Amino acid sequence: MSQLVGYTVDSRVRWTEYLPWVLAVLVYFLLPDYLSLGSRVLTYILFALSLDLIIGYAGIITLGHASFFGLGAYITGILAAKLGVTDPLIQLLASGLGAGLLGLVTGAVILKMKGLTQLMLTLAISALCLEVANKATFITGGADGLSGMEIAPILGLFKFDLFGKTAYLYCLFLLFLTWVVIRRLIYSPFGVSLMGIRENAARMHAIGAPVYQKLMVVYTLSALIAGLSGALLAQTNQFVGLNVLGFEPSGELLVMLILGGVGRLYGAFVGPVVFLLAQDYLAKQFPEYWYFGIGLLLVLVVLFARGGVLGILDKFTASSKARQSGAQSS
Amino acid sequence: MTYALETRGLSKSFGALTVADRIDFQLDVGARHALIGPNGAGKTTFVNLLTGRLAPSEGLVFLGGEEVSNLSQSERVKKGLGRTFQINTLFPKMSVLDNVALGVSERLGLSSGLWKTAKSYANVTEEAMSLLELLGIESDAQHIVKDLPYGKQRLVEIAIALGLKPKVLLLDEPAAGVPSMESQRILSALDLLPKDIAIMIIEHDMDLVFKFAQKITVLVQGAVLCEGSPQEIAKDTRVHQVYLGEQRA
Amino acid sequence: MEIFLSSLVSVAFHGLAYGMILYVISVGLSVTMGLMGFTNLAHGVFAMTGGYVLVVSLSKFDIPFPLALALCFGLVALVSVVLERTLYARLYGEAELEQVLFTIGLIYMSVAVARLIFGTLQQPVILPEYLKGQFSLMGRDFPAYRVFLILFTSAIIAALWFGVERTIWGAKVRASVDNRAMAQSIGINTKSLFTTTFAVGSGLAGLGGGLGAEIVAIQPTYPFEQLVFFLIVVSVGGLGSLRGPFVAALLIGVTDTACKYWLPEFGAFFIYIATIGLLLWRPQGLLGKRS
Repeated sequence: MSQLVGYTVDSRVRWTEYLPWVLAVLVYFLLPDYLSLGSRVLTYILFALSLDLIIGYAGIITLGHASFFGLGAYITGILAAKLGVTDPLIQLLASGLGAGLLGLVTGAVILKMKGLTQLMLTLAISALCLEVANKATFITGGADGLSGMEIAPILGLFKFDLFGKTAYLYCLFLLFLTWVVIRRLIYSPFGVSLMGIRENAARMHAIGAPVYQKLMVVYTLSALIAGLSGALLAQTNQFVGLNVLGFEPSGELLVMLILGGVGRLYGAFVGPVVFLLAQDYLAKQFPEYWYFGIGLLLVLVVLFARGGVLGILDKFTASSKARQSGAQSS
Repeated sequence: MTYALETRGLSKSFGALTVADRIDFQLDVGARHALIGPNGAGKTTFVNLLTGRLAPSEGLVFLGGEEVSNLSQSERVKKGLGRTFQINTLFPKMSVLDNVALGVSERLGLSSGLWKTAKSYANVTEEAMSLLELLGIESDAQHIVKDLPYGKQRLVEIAIALGLKPKVLLLDEPAAGVPSMESQRILSALDLLPKDIAIMIIEHDMDLVFKFAQKITVLVQGAVLCEGSPQEIAKDTRVHQVYLGEQRA
Repeated sequence: MEIFLSSLVSVAFHGLAYGMILYVISVGLSVTMGLMGFTNLAHGVFAMTGGYVLVVSLSKFDIPFPLALALCFGLVALVSVVLERTLYARLYGEAELEQVLFTIGLIYMSVAVARLIFGTLQQPVILPEYLKGQFSLMGRDFPAYRVFLILFTSAIIAALWFGVERTIWGAKVRASVDNRAMAQSIGINTKSLFTTTFAVGSGLAGLGGGLGAEIVAIQPTYPFEQLVFFLIVVSVGGLGSLRGPFVAALLIGVTDTACKYWLPEFGAFFIYIATIGLLLWRPQGLLGKRS
């Protein structure tokens, strides 16, 4: 199995890497009725990218990533609905910074712990955020949610239209920018050292790497990006409810990422597409069976298909290459 | 006189169990030193205390004359203390070159680079490659470490430590698990190490110890039993007793 | 003052009952995690199953209460053995992420099944007549069931502590928690030890779930909602220890009850803050071993 990150890895953009963007643009022109689902997919791809940074690259398991997503969503919601700050870019910035700050504070606590304690704390912080949002009804709308959000046109020019066209392109653009940043990060020396931490943190300490600081950087960055994706969700739906917080969205995101493939950058693209499309079709028809199916999928993936969809594709191309070279040599 | 590495009264206890007992130890600059002792004597514990992986109950550690007792592992590494592990502690799914490059880039302070690709740092890859050449494993540069035979993995361990350009190098059983024919390669590698580095090896392979060491310390039950040149140690009756049991009169 | 003291006693009493239930459910998790090193987030599923077993036994099959409790323990223990041998055992020694994902998958599946069979509402518990009503003690009235809970769980806990600290089985468990490799090399059959201990721990969870059905409502989302509390009990108490989680569970029980009574606007807020604070001070838990 070849390495994806490293000092000798070719980081030039492969032709396959253009596919997601080509596909996204095609969807805009060919499937205008599905743009709101499309925006949702793009938002969750951004969210999944942020989670992959932590789980796939730094190797830290978190069950509470929705805390940053939810905080981002609520910051934008409160700015738009209660404080009259309607400029979407300012909302985005505020959400990112707010979530990043939460990431900084919680990361300082969590990253000092290990194992079950660390995992539990991610859950506890997530539960804490949900509890606050639930109780602070005067600002969050509590169980009723936050509506009446006002979003001004982007840059004063692009209004959020009823067909979701502006929203879709807005999400796509933001995703693209973030992808550029994350991609550079992964192939940089910092990215390689993250991989080192994931592979063997003890060894990283023994080569003098400031492991804690590096993890803090990646955790805060990941929180910031998750906050941005939360803001996107709030802006495209013009509504924020309690379902952006807690174990449910965190768990769902985990399933999406595992489905696509962890630690491979594009797993975060494939997973949400497959999951959300399936959910859109199946969950409405058979909600309980859908839920059962997710659980079964997780169990089966762990037992038989570790690398997710991309992992299966890998095996496929590897075996077909082997067959090709076998046929050539004989 | 400044020692490369020194401890004064270094002790560690877990409740009633003492694993390090007031150890006073000096490692000369440029030394070729060996630490031997029966199983459970506390040799690896001693190394963990030296590197900061384990905090002592009492005592002080000095690196090049500077007290480092309160510094973390990473901080001691930055001051020039390198180690290898008894059990391979490598980055299993990464290539041999990357394993070494990680240490080199840390040392050069380049590992926080966020924007330029790792590949563009040619100085890192060149230096890592030259270390692999020094140990004779440059042909395995692109191989994934976990697919290598055990003996070569041991060499990668040493290469990583060398990439830190340490002033003091602690090798914990470098030949452990390596077939005795291959341990010659390890010995040659040790011979090629710069003369100004102080090296201490923990070993059970007495052949390797006597060929390599100019001075030997014997550790028994967490305390220093005796110290001396290989010839002195070979003749010391206390050492015989410890390894071979009581001699019949 | 009189009223304050009265509510203090009430909070302490109800907090104690809740704490003891929390302990009976969570102790299995502490021991199996310390023993098998397996991150079993699905532990709450066993508690929930015990709760459903009790409710169904009492309302549908008219089974006498003591027998229903025995079923909670026995049936859940049996199910856990089957799960352990067929599925869990494949993932021993795997990375934590795999175990986390697997057990979350189990939670999803069991939540869906519970919803399909029982619907989403809380299950009402029909207590036997002799456990209903009030119990008089020192001029005060306490709910009889809660008194029974406290006494019965004390007996269970005493039996458990005796079992772990005085029997051969317990000695093997303690040895294996301390040093698995060493235990195997002196001939302890860790495989069967895992299975029996897992069965006992899960059975206890089932029993606790059933007993506590009145305090912690039985509904399909139970494993998700209660997970964080079980994990807090185990990490604050100290993984693999018996006494630590007991103290932690009582603290949580009383604190949670006190907060819900005096500061209902804050909910479980303080529990989470207190947990974070405590772990910052003692990362290995109250009575856990420092690694």
